[in-house]
Amino acid sequence: MDLRIPKDEATDAERSAVDAATADLNVDAKARRALLLPALHALQSRVGWVSKGGLYYICSRLGVPPAEAFGVASFYALLALTERPRAFAHVCDDIACLAKGADDLCREVEARLGPAAHGHQKADAHSQKGKAKASGWARSPCLGLCERAPAALVTIAGDKPADCAFGAATAAKIEAALRGKPPAIEEAYVASEGPRRLLARIGVADPKSLASYRANGGYTALKRALELGAAGTLRAVNDSKLVGRGGAAFPTGRKWEAVAREAARPHYVVCNADESEPGTFKDRVLLEGDPFAVIESMTIAGLATGSEHGYLYLRGEYPLAQARLENAIQLARSHGMLGDNVMGKGLKFDIELRRGAGAYICGEETALFNSIEGLRGEPRNKPPYPAQFGLFGKPTAVNNVETLVAVLDIVRDGAAQYASVGTSDSPGTKLFCVSGSIVRPGVYEVPFGTELGALIKLAGGITPGRKIQTILLGGAAGSFVTPEQLDLPLSFEATRKAGATLGSGVVLVFDETAPIQEILRRIAAFFRDESCGQCVPCRVGTVRQEELLSRICGGKSTLRIELPLLKDLGAAMRDASICGLGQTASTAIESAVALGLMERKT
Amino acid sequence: MKHDVKRDVTVTIDGKPVTVKEGATLLDACKSHGVDTPTLCWAENLTPVNACRVCVVELEGARVLAPACSRKAEAGMVVKTDSPRVRLSRKLVLELLGSSVDMSLSSAFADYSKRYAAEPARFGKKLAPSAAGVRESAHPGHHTVLDGTRAETVAQPTKVDNELFVRDYDKCMLCYKCVEACGTDAQNTFAIAVAGRGFDARIATEHEATLPDSACVFCGNCVGVCPTGALMFKVEHDLRKSGEWDEKKQTETDTICPYCGVGCVLTLRVQDNAIVRVTSPSDSTVTGGHLCVKGRFGFTFVEENRRADRGGSD
Repeated sequence: MDLRIPKDEATDAERSAVDAATADLNVDAKARRALLLPALHALQSRVGWVSKGGLYYICSRLGVPPAEAFGVASFYALLALTERPRAFAHVCDDIACLAKGADDLCREVEARLGPAAHGHQKADAHSQKGKAKASGWARSPCLGLCERAPAALVTIAGDKPADCAFGAATAAKIEAALRGKPPAIEEAYVASEGPRRLLARIGVADPKSLASYRANGGYTALKRALELGAAGTLRAVNDSKLVGRGGAAFPTGRKWEAVAREAARPHYVVCNADESEPGTFKDRVLLEGDPFAVIESMTIAGLATGSEHGYLYLRGEYPLAQARLENAIQLARSHGMLGDNVMGKGLKFDIELRRGAGAYICGEETALFNSIEGLRGEPRNKPPYPAQFGLFGKPTAVNNVETLVAVLDIVRDGAAQYASVGTSDSPGTKLFCVSGSIVRPGVYEVPFGTELGALIKLAGGITPGRKIQTILLGGAAGSFVTPEQLDLPLSFEATRKAGATLGSGVVLVFDETAPIQEILRRIAAFFRDESCGQCVPCRVGTVRQEELLSRICGGKSTLRIELPLLKDLGAAMRDASICGLGQTASTAIESAVALGLMERKT
Repeated sequence: MKHDVKRDVTVTIDGKPVTVKEGATLLDACKSHGVDTPTLCWAENLTPVNACRVCVVELEGARVLAPACSRKAEAGMVVKTDSPRVRLSRKLVLELLGSSVDMSLSSAFADYSKRYAAEPARFGKKLAPSAAGVRESAHPGHHTVLDGTRAETVAQPTKVDNELFVRDYDKCMLCYKCVEACGTDAQNTFAIAVAGRGFDARIATEHEATLPDSACVFCGNCVGVCPTGALMFKVEHDLRKSGEWDEKKQTETDTICPYCGVGCVLTLRVQDNAIVRVTSPSDSTVTGGHLCVKGRFGFTFVEENRRADRGGSD
C-alpha cells in the first residue's frame, strides 16, 4: 500500500521501544496490523505518551495508515496522545471506591499534584499539560481492587517501566508510588464455604513456581484431558452444564463443540481476562494467585476445540497479573507444558499475552477480537458468532477466566463429582466479589444456591453499626436488590426468576449512608465513558441518561418528571444497541428506580 | 465458485411470506415486499455498518431487535417491522440524533421523524456549540460532568481547509460512510478514520491534520456518500452561507466525464448556469457512485469564460 505518512521524527528511545515490540515483521499484513496495540503500549510505557513521531514510526513499520493508527490510539484511556508526565496515577472513583471516600481522595491528590490531566469534573482541567511536572494524575473507572477500596494504579514510564496497582490508597501512598516507592504487594482476601475448587491453590501454591503448582494438583487435569481426547473432554464439559462466568452464562460445552466442528482453520482459543465490570475482581485474584491454572485450562480448551494458538487478553490495569502470567507462560514453555509437544504427548498449543489499554468495551468478545487485531475495540454485529467468525475471522472459543479454571475440576474429577454441590440447573461453585460496606471484603467461593444473606454473613456481615440499604448484584450492568431479598439463592435460575442477574459475581453492599443517587449518576457516567460510540442508541443514549440523572441529583428535576424519558431511553438502548454494553446500560438504574431507591434522601 | 446456485429463503414479514435469494438481507426482503424501512447509515454501494440502528426490526424469538440492513434472511424467520418495540426504538434513534446532530439537510430524516412522531426537544434545549478543537481534545473515558439541563451536541465550527469541500461536523451523525468510501469500499486512500470514543468519537485525519496535509486525494467520494450534508462542496457551502443556494433554480444533467477512457457517468447539478455539485449515480455499473478528483472537482474549465469575465479572481 502506498501510504502517506507525515514527516515527524521519532526519537531513538521511541524507535527502539517500537522495534522491540514489533521484532517479527516477516508475517502477513493482518498479523502485522495485530502488532499495533503492543507497539502503542511500548511507546506509552517507554516515554509516557504516544508522540506524533512515535505514532508515525509505528505506521511506517507496520504499514498502517496514520489516520487509522490515530483512530486506534485515541480509543484507549491508558494511552496519552499529548505529552504527560512519565509518572502518572489513575485514581479510581468508581462505585465501590466512591462509597469508600474516593472523592475525598481525589480532592487530596488534586491538592498535592494539581488538577487532573483529563477533564472529568471541571471543564477547565481539559487543557492541563504537565510538561514541566514530574507526575500527573487522572480519575479512573473501576480498577478491580474493590476489596481494598479506594484503589489507584500508578504507571512509571522509562527504560524499566514500573506499574503498580494498590488498594487502601491515600494521597501519601500515591505520591510515594509516583516517586518509585510502591507499597508492598498485598494478596487478596479469599475464603470459601464448601469445597474449595477455584480457589484451591490461592494462597497455598506459589504463583511464581511451576513446581509448586504441580505439587498442588496442577496439570492433573490436562493429563486426564489427554487421556480422554478431544471428544471425551467435550463430553465432560457438556455433561457438567458449565456456563460462562463472565456475565452472559452461555453453555461452555456448546461453544467449544461449535468451534471444534468448524471446517475452517486455524481455530483459536481466547481467554477473556479483560475484567472491567465495576465491582468485579475475581478474575484478577485467579490470574494473580493461580496463573498456571489459566494456562492449563486454556491448553485443555485448545485440545477440545482443535486450536493450536491461544490469546490471553488481559486488561491493562492489572500489572501484577501481567508479571505473573508472563512468568508462568515462560516457565510453562521451558518445561514443555506449552509448545509443539505439550507434556510429551504431541499436543501443539501456545499462548500469546495481549494487554488491553483502558477500555471496558474490549471485554465484549467481538470488541476484544478487534482490539487484538489492531482495530478499534468496537463490537461486531452478531451473527456471525465467534464460533464461526471470531478472531481474524476464524472459529474461536472465547471464555472468561473463571469459566476456564472451572474446567480443570470438571475434566479431572468428572461432571458428576463437579455437580455434587450447587443446584441441578447451576451445578458446582461460583466466585463472588463481595465488597462495599462489609467486614471482610474479598473473593468468596460458594456452591450455587447459597443464599445471598449467607454469603454476606460469611464475609462477616455488614460493617458494625450500619444497616444494609441495598446490594448491587452482578455489577454496573446488573441490578440492585433490597435487604428483604437476603434469602435469594445465588443461582442462575433463582436470580433470573427474581428479575436480577449474577452477572460477573458482584455483590456490592451499600449501607444506609451511601449516596445512592450519586452512585447511580456514576454508573451512568461510566457507561457514557465506556461506550465505544459506534451505534446511536448507546453513543447518545448513555449521554442523555447521564444528563437525566444529573438533573435529578442536582435538584433541577424530579424522578416523576423524568421517568417516561428514562424508560424510553432504557427500552431503546436495550433493544437497539449493537452489544451488551448499551443493552444493559440502564439495567441497574431502572432496577434502583423500581425499588424506590432514587426517592430516598441521601 | 463464481456462479453459486443460491437457494430460495422464505421469511415472514408482518404476517406475509416473502421469498428472497440466500444471502439477501432483511432490508432486501422488506424492499421486495414493498415495506418501506428507514435507513440512514446504509447505502447500496457500501458495506452495511449497522451503526445508526434506525432500520431495526423485531425477530420472533430474539432477545433484542435486529438491524434489517445487515441481518441476513434465514428460512423461517418471523419479522415484525411495525411493532410497538420497533416503533419506539426507531423513534428514539431519531430523537437521539435530532437532539445531538444538525440533521436539517436530511430530507429522509425529516420524513422518518414525522412517521415516528420523533420529538428531539424532549431532551431539553441544546448546549452552546463547542469552540474549535475542544471536541478533538477529549480524552477517552473522561468527560466534563455538567448539570444536565442542556443537551450535549456535536455542534462545532465548520472545518474549511481547502477550496474543494468543507467538513461541517455539526452535521455528522457518524454513519461511517465517508470512512468506508475513503477506505476499502471505494478509494483505498485511508485518509480518515473514526477517532476518539463514545460521544466524543469523530471522523478525523491523523492528529487533525488539514486535508491538504493528509493522505486525502480529493476524490470527494466521502462527499458523495454523506447523508447529512456534513461533507459539502465548498461552492454549495458558500452559496448556502450567502443565502443564494436555491434548489428551485437547480437542474440535474447526466453526462460522461471527459477526462479519461473509463467513461464515468457524471450528474451535474447546476444553478445559475454554474456547476454546484457533481455526483454519480450509485447504481452506475461504471462508477458504483464513486469518482476521482478530476470527475468530481475538475469542472472549472467549463466556467473558464465566466471566471475570466469576473477577472479570474477565484
